[in-house]
Amino acid sequence: MNPVLKLLLEGSRLDPAQMAQILNLPDTEINRQLAELKAQRVLLGWAPVLNLSDEESGVVSAVIEVRITPERGGGFNRLAERISRFDEVESCYLMSGGYDLMVFVNGRSLQRVAAFVSEKLSTIEGVLSTATHFMLRTYKEHGFLLEGKAEETDRLKVAP
Amino acid sequence: MDSSRYIATHVAGLPKSGIRDFFDIVAKLKDAISLGVGEPDFDTPWHIREAGIYALEKGRTHYTSNLGLIELRRAISKYVGDHYAVGYAPENEILITVGVSEALDLACRALINPGDLVLYHQPCYVSYHPSVTLAHGRAVPVPTYARDHFALTVEALRAAWQPGCKLLLLNLPCNPTGGTCDRAQVEAIAKFAVEKDLLILSDEIYSELTFEGVHTSIASLPGMQERTIFLHGFSKAFAMTGWRIGYACGPAPLIEAMMKVHQYSMLCASIISQEAAIEALLRGADGMKKMRDQYHRRRDFIVRRFNEIGLKCHLPRGSFYAFPEVASTGQGEREFALGLLQAQKVAMVPGTAFGAGGAGFCRACFATSYEQLIEASNRIERHVQSLAAAPR
Repeated sequence: MNPVLKLLLEGSRLDPAQMAQILNLPDTEINRQLAELKAQRVLLGWAPVLNLSDEESGVVSAVIEVRITPERGGGFNRLAERISRFDEVESCYLMSGGYDLMVFVNGRSLQRVAAFVSEKLSTIEGVLSTATHFMLRTYKEHGFLLEGKAEETDRLKVAP
Repeated sequence: MDSSRYIATHVAGLPKSGIRDFFDIVAKLKDAISLGVGEPDFDTPWHIREAGIYALEKGRTHYTSNLGLIELRRAISKYVGDHYAVGYAPENEILITVGVSEALDLACRALINPGDLVLYHQPCYVSYHPSVTLAHGRAVPVPTYARDHFALTVEALRAAWQPGCKLLLLNLPCNPTGGTCDRAQVEAIAKFAVEKDLLILSDEIYSELTFEGVHTSIASLPGMQERTIFLHGFSKAFAMTGWRIGYACGPAPLIEAMMKVHQYSMLCASIISQEAAIEALLRGADGMKKMRDQYHRRRDFIVRRFNEIGLKCHLPRGSFYAFPEVASTGQGEREFALGLLQAQKVAMVPGTAFGAGGAGFCRACFATSYEQLIEASNRIERHVQSLAAAPR
């Protein structure tokens, strides 16, 4: 596996200069590998994981279960890709079970999300039904726990 | 009244740990980067912690059998069989202890008669010599050297051996050097042990953290199981230091003797830790591999940096310690470590804390984040450069 990708998978947020030190490669090589990962669409981008108050974030999030009609030749793909293109859609997954797509949506208010569902999502030809669940509280985001203080280690500084 | 006159002579005579006074200095320094720890920086994986919580919820709050939970002994039997190629009967050849330290203490107390000699290689973990002394034995150090990557050689063993030697204490891979022995070297040690009729106490607490080659347990060699007590625990590989859970495997009569001491002193290891240890053995392999892969990369980085900086450092094949030589700076290990701490706020442990054989070396634990390792190595580099620039 690409060594830079291995470091990324470990979850540490190292800048290219730090990666270069750890992997004993020149900075230029790290940048080349990062560019290659981007070109291969393995590395799509960077996003901070934030823990904002409701006021700060000003965002309402919802999970929408969507049932759609599969199409000959493309299955669920064409509709799923079309739905994914909306700015409101944060993530979109094809699911097994009682519905087809799970769509994570963000909006500035409950009304905006509701309007997106009723005016955009439900009206697409091939969308059979939607069920919207608003998120009330986040406990863990992208591997980070939101509650509690910043973890302070109580590890002894010197031990045998 | 001078209450100290009540202290037993052999305890009063024990030297203070060479780490203790160093700890006091580091504890007072804020924002120091410590490479002085002897434990993983990872918290215990959650599924193992959760098993401990679940044990409490189930009301698992009572004593266990002196030997430990049979479910844990069965899991250990399978784990040791699968990973070390040696089979132990869960019923009478495995004893669960309060960390591998208790297992070592029990072995010493159960096996050493006053005046018996115990060979151990040095530099080594700080407890070995005192454990032998506290059992009224006499510890006989066997030096290991940087030129051999701190592997224990039969030549050194033969030179140190003397009539009266009864036990040989091994720690492979070794804290603080990270040195270990390959199969041929372990076979040679085994042959020597048979020749001199030595019983082996083999502390293999770092064995999962072997980065090159395959770890060979001396107990797995032909004829050696009957003269080896295999000591192991969960602290390092499963990041469970605070749970204090370890074990000893060996011939039934020896385990029975150790169990006698254990039942009158400790009675049993914490049941909560035993339940968590079962979870670690059954489902902890993936988490352990992730941690080991990170240690491996960190080791490669820090060893390379020490050598770039001019502190010659052998490649430790196991453990999470690097053992660079600091004598090239013109300073002794203690002077260097104290100077580094004061000037750059980086803590390493002077090698002599692990015995006289550590003179000229410092121990650096690389079980810390990449960011900290990069910053620590940069600070060490500045310190070494400032020493080189200073008039002698």
